[in-house]
Order: sequence, then structure tokens, then C-alpha cells
Amino acid sequence: MSAPLLDVQNLAVRFPTRTGTVEAVRGVSFTLGRERLGIVGESGSGKSQTGRAILGLTAPSAQVTADRLRFDGQDLLTISNAERRRLRGKRIAMVLQDPKYSLDPVMSIGRQIVETLRTHERVSRSEARKRALAMLEAVQIRDPERVFDLYPHEVSGGMGQRAMIAMMLIAGPELLIADEPTSALDVTVQLEILAILDSLVRDKGMGLIFVSHDLRLVSSFCDRVLVMYAGRVVEELAAKDLSQAQHPYTQGLLNCMPKIGASRHPLPVLERQAEWAR
Amino acid sequence: MMIEAASTPALSVRDLEVTYDQFRALKGVSLDIAPRESFGLVGESGSGKSTLLRAVAGLAPVSGGAITIDGKQLGRRRDKAFYRRVQMVFQDPYGSLHPRHTVDRLLREPLDIHGVGDGESRINRALDEVGLGSGFRFRYPHQLSGGQRQRVAIARALIVEPSILLLDEPTSALDASVQAEVLNLLEQIRRDRALTFVMVSHDLAVVTHMCDRLMVMQDGAEVEQLTSAELAERRITKDYTINLLRASEGFTRRQSA
Amino acid sequence: MSVMGNTTPPPMAEGKLSRREWLLSDRPASRTQAKLGRAYVSWRRFAENRLALIGLIIILALVLVAIFADLLAPYSPTIGDLANARLLAPAWDHWLGTDDQGRDILSRLIYGSRLTLYVVVLVAVIAAPIGLLVGTVSGYAGGWVDAVLMRITDIFLAFPKLVLALALVAALGPGIENAVIAIAITSWPPYARIARAETMQVRNSDYISAVRLMGASPIRIVLRHIMPLCMSSLIVRVTLDMAGIILTAAGLGFLGLGAQPPLPEWGAMIASGRRFILDQWWVAAAPGVAILLVSLGFNLLGDGLRDALDPRSAGQ
Repeated sequence: MSAPLLDVQNLAVRFPTRTGTVEAVRGVSFTLGRERLGIVGESGSGKSQTGRAILGLTAPSAQVTADRLRFDGQDLLTISNAERRRLRGKRIAMVLQDPKYSLDPVMSIGRQIVETLRTHERVSRSEARKRALAMLEAVQIRDPERVFDLYPHEVSGGMGQRAMIAMMLIAGPELLIADEPTSALDVTVQLEILAILDSLVRDKGMGLIFVSHDLRLVSSFCDRVLVMYAGRVVEELAAKDLSQAQHPYTQGLLNCMPKIGASRHPLPVLERQAEWAR
Repeated sequence: MMIEAASTPALSVRDLEVTYDQFRALKGVSLDIAPRESFGLVGESGSGKSTLLRAVAGLAPVSGGAITIDGKQLGRRRDKAFYRRVQMVFQDPYGSLHPRHTVDRLLREPLDIHGVGDGESRINRALDEVGLGSGFRFRYPHQLSGGQRQRVAIARALIVEPSILLLDEPTSALDASVQAEVLNLLEQIRRDRALTFVMVSHDLAVVTHMCDRLMVMQDGAEVEQLTSAELAERRITKDYTINLLRASEGFTRRQSA
Repeated sequence: MSVMGNTTPPPMAEGKLSRREWLLSDRPASRTQAKLGRAYVSWRRFAENRLALIGLIIILALVLVAIFADLLAPYSPTIGDLANARLLAPAWDHWLGTDDQGRDILSRLIYGSRLTLYVVVLVAVIAAPIGLLVGTVSGYAGGWVDAVLMRITDIFLAFPKLVLALALVAALGPGIENAVIAIAITSWPPYARIARAETMQVRNSDYISAVRLMGASPIRIVLRHIMPLCMSSLIVRVTLDMAGIILTAAGLGFLGLGAQPPLPEWGAMIASGRRFILDQWWVAAAPGVAILLVSLGFNLLGDGLRDALDPRSAGQ
């Protein structure tokens, strides 16, 4: 493959607080082609901050440093805010956990999608509407004409998340960062959403970063998995090799989940070792 | 089939209906849970599983049917004796502890309400039992992690020595490794205190791990009742349950062109 | 049961802790330490705000002046020197000049601070608890209790504050006690509204459900669990209202319906200085500036308290 879509070297995110600096991400490096990459970790592992730092969505008080943070050859650390905004939505998009908080409550779903499209491309209103409807159909909303005019509070969580994905993908981004996109949803809905993401990524040749706490789900969905602990990547492995994970943290994380049909009482508990965080 | 005819069920629900405004959240659900049994309620959001639990606790507007505890039917109002018998642990450990109260005050409150003496030693014992120790006694909830908060919530429920514990998704807000610890703690407590558990969860794996029997729910009604062993061996009759089971096994790629 | 603290080393074991570390400790060893620690965090957040500190200093100064009025005031506030000292301009022996009765204005201001504090404290003590009680009961009970209590509140809210106070004073007779009663009766409805809104927010939260599940009575829930949560926003609101209360009291005084002569009430002082405002401006200006300063102090303090006490801000 030629130059990677995304190249991250030694990324660090620090938050200065009253009691000292909190290092949320400490030297994370990876490259991403047009593939599905999973970033897995527990709360506080820095997985979400990694995704946000790429998009420049880190809180203003934080310091983001990296030896290299390049998207398609463009240095994301030095570009101006205006350029970054243009990049966001147009070429890099992000789907967040809860559509309730990421959709504008006072604007109809269809209008939000149209607005997003029109900020990135010069298209006529009717053309934008047509494409928004097509996009809603692509995320398997059966009745796009009706959903177009609905407001976010009038739809279910699964529908809202589909609308969110439609909005994020309308401008045809090359990289999608999905931060726990299905954690707030029921399992069956979750799988439908994943199937939609999967086919879109495959058909459009997008790169996908899938941030999640659910190791099993991620490994069933992604090609490659980064396991994060205390701000560092402790293990990187191909998703199909999950059962051969080497790092005790990855093994512990896999083991401590209850499994249907396996009677283990008590469940094995993850013994955290201080050296993992070093 | 699981309950011997001789023993009265610890908790029995007959044709229970719950209506919020015009919405029927629970449409005639019945179940029997034997003493010391661990029973699971599984379903997706809107299935009525949490509503059933809250109705038993007296937190949901019951519009029909009956709830019986140890053979005694409950009235509209729950008395203090009921609350010493039945306690509940909530889903969100961040929302179930009063933000301005220390752990000490949180645990003392039930003792004061029920006029139980000997508070000092009971509080220390409760904290020890959930694995926190007295070092946590004077902390505020914001000084605790999610897992620690849930342990405090469990200690608060146990301090009045109930015989039935209602668990509303007690671990779904926690990390997997913390979930394992809390599930182990709950099992340990159930064994030590011979408790009856009613546990709500959206996670089939958690419910089959914790419970002997379970009921699958959808749209406020029962889909089927089965034992965890039957579920593990896939001896299922209803399509809905099969789908739920398949979904819980993770994502499978559709190999289309 | 083993003695408490057996499992954890006593805090002094790890070397002597500074007082600050003791207060900020993540594992307080006693109820007092936990409370003090919490108060200290709030104080630090408050003290970061310079303007709020200025407000606090102004209010503290007012309190000190009121306490030590006897020592601070150079002359009597009520007995003047009509023969030699009428309407003197500010000078060395009368810093702020004298009024038409030959009384030292500075002394009158100093004694007047007592009346101002008296009004403010009494109104707060009467109005805030009424508002808190009505609001929390109404919010928690809901149904017809809520409807009745809120309609009564609406009736009080519908009248302009000063007009209602005027009517009450007219009925009860002029005087500072009646002015206080009138202001208190007109200022509780907003507090009831705030407390009710806050109560509605928390009444369905899990932690209130948990207390209900403990078997707590509604009275206990309202008194011990809901009221403390409403306190901080109420304190902020009362502090911010203080300026308005002082102005209303001054307004009543100005109209001759508040404190009666010869009491050195600031509003009444402005009223009597009005006649000479063009030639002897200091007679009205001095109490005007005093009212302005104290109102400003309460407003700054209230703003600072809002930031420090807001339960929604992080770490609380």
C-alpha cells in the first residue's frame, strides 16, 4: 500500500489540573489504511481522547503533542482552525455514543443532513434534499421521506444513531471515527448499525477507527485491534488472533466476561499490575 | 416446574399491569420465584423488565394484578416491614447515591429510618462485607470510582438485612473487569445470606451467569421462561430468544457481493 | 467490632500532613474532616474570583461597622447641633458634612448600617424558609397540593413588589418592623419557584428513589434529602436579591413608610436630603453611595457564591 491514510506517531494528550498534569494519552503510535481499526480499553484508558485528538476535538485546556499526526499527507498539528473545520465532516467524520447529544434538538433530521452537506459542497437545495434522502435510505431507514421531517426527540435511539451516521457520511468522508457508536443501543439494533457501518466502509473504501470498551464486539467487527491501558497501547493484534493475545491485560479482559454456557464461579478477576501502566 | 409445591414462593407476581399515563408498560405478567432462587429478567429497552422490578419495589404505578411476598399480598402502600424485606440496587452508580452525603451518612440513613441501633459496628461491617473497608467511610460519592459506588449501593441495600434483593442492571454501567468483581461480590453475598435475587439485565451472558432461571420479555409481556441450562444448551423455542442469543455472540459479517 | 481505622494507617503515620493536604485528603478519617474538606474546596473556588472577594469584604465591613457603631461614630446619630452645624459641607470635623438638623452624616450612616442589616437579615430569615418549604413540598407532592400552593404563589407574584409592600405598610402602619414584614411577604414567591424547579429535577432521581425504598416518610425525604440540595441555589438567589431588598427598604423609607424619624435609615436620609440636593448635594449623596456600595457588595458576593456552590459544577 502507498502512504497510509492516517499516520500517528507518539501522540500524547495532557490535561493540566490544580493537582498536577493528568496524562490521558501517553505516546500512542499507529498507522491506518483503508481498513477497520478497533481501539479497545476500559474507562480512563485514553481511547476516546485518542480519537478526539485526531479530529482536534480535545478540550481547549489540554496539550496535544505528537512526533507526527498526518492525515493523507497533511499535518494535523499545524493546520489552521479554518482548515481543520473544512477537513472535519468533509474528509474526516465522527460518530459519537449518544445521538441525543450530538443531534441538534431544534432542527429536523433532514435539515441537519442538508445543512451538513451544503457547508461542505455547493449543491442546490433540491439536490441536497435528494442526496439526504438517498443517504437515509443507505442507512436502512425504511421510510426516509417521513424521517426527514422528524425531530431528534421523535425517533428511537437506533433511528437517531442511523440519522447521525447518515449526517456524518453525507459528505463522503475518507476516515470515520466512531466512538462507542452502539453502546447506548439494544444488542439487536447494535448489530444492524454495525452492519450498516460495515457495508458503507467496504463500499466507499473508507478508513474506520472504532473506539469501544467491548473487546469481543470490536474483534468480531474490525481487522485490527489496539488494546489501550492507562494511556498506552499495550497490545496490537489482528482481530482473528484475539484468542492468542499475549498481554496479560488483554487476556484478563477477555477472561473476566461471563460467557453463556461456561460455568465459572467466581469469575476470574483482572489483577492489575503496576508495570502495565509504566 | 422449578418450584416444589410445598414451599411458598418468596415473590409471586400475578397478571401485573403497569400504566404510565396512557402507555401500558406492563401487560399482564406473571411469575413465581422460590426462596433463595436467583431469577433473571432479560429484554431490550421498552420490554418492561425494569418496570416489573420497579413495580415490585413500589416505584411504578400498578394498575392491575397482584404482587405477593412470602404469601402475603402487598397493598397499594408499602409498609416499613416490606422495605426491610425487599431492597434494590440501581443501574447507574453515579445517580443512585445522594451527591451531598458521605458514605457514612448514606449507610446510616436506613438504620435511622428503621430505628436500628448499633450503627457504628453495622456500618463498618457492611463496608467490610462489600470489600471497601472503613477507609471509605467518610468519603463523598464524587471521591469514589463507579465500582466503589456500586459497592456502597449494595452495602446500603444490605444494611437492613433484606431477604429479597432487586438488581436493576447493577453492572451495565461498569467496565468489564469491574463488572466481574461486582458479580462475584453479589454471588458471594447471596450465598452467605441466603438471599433471593431478581436481576434485570440486557446482557444474556450476565443473566445466565448469575441466575438459575430467567424470563425473556418483549413489549411489556413475557416471551418465555426458561432455565439458564436450557439457554446454554440452546433448547429454545421462541424466535425472539434465538435472535437475542445470536446477537449477544457478536457481529457476523454478511458475505454479500 | 474492631476499632475503626484499624485497617488504614492513621493519617499522621505517613509523616506530618500539612493542613491543606489534610483538608484535601481523598480519604477523610472523620465526619468533621469530610465536612471541612468540602467547605475548603468551595472556599478555594470562591476565593479564585477576585470580584467575589471584594463583595465579601464590603459585606464584612458592613457587619463590622454595624457591630462597632458605638465606637466608630464620632457624634450622636440623632441629636445634632442645630445652632452651629446645619448643612455643613464635608470638612475635617464632619467628614461627610451635616444635614439640616445639624447631625453628622457619617455617624448617621454608621448607625444606619444597623438598620440595613436588620432589614436584610430579617427578610432573609423570614422569606427564604417560607419559599423553601412551599417550593419543596409543592414540587415533591405534586398533584393538587402543587396546584394550590403554586396558584397562591402566582397571586403574590402578580402584584408589583413595591405596590404590595406599600399596601401592607399602609394597612399595618409605618415603621421598620412592618416594612420588613411587607418586604418578606412579597419576596418569598421567587424562592418557592426556584425550590420547586430544583425539587422536580431531583424527585425522580435514583437516589431519592433509593431513600423511598429505605422506607423513609415523605417529610423525611423533603427535609433531609431534598431541602439540602435546594439550599445552595437558594442562598445564591437570596444574596443576589439582597440588593433589591435594600433598595425596597430604602424606597419605603424614602416614601416615609419605612423607618420613622429620627432613625438614621438610609432611604429616609435621601428623602430628607432631597430638598437641598442642588445646594447641599452631600446630604443625599452620602447615603446614596452607601446603598450603592452595599448593593454592589451583595451582588458580587452572590455571583461568587453561584460559582462556588453550584452543585452542577465538577467535583461537587
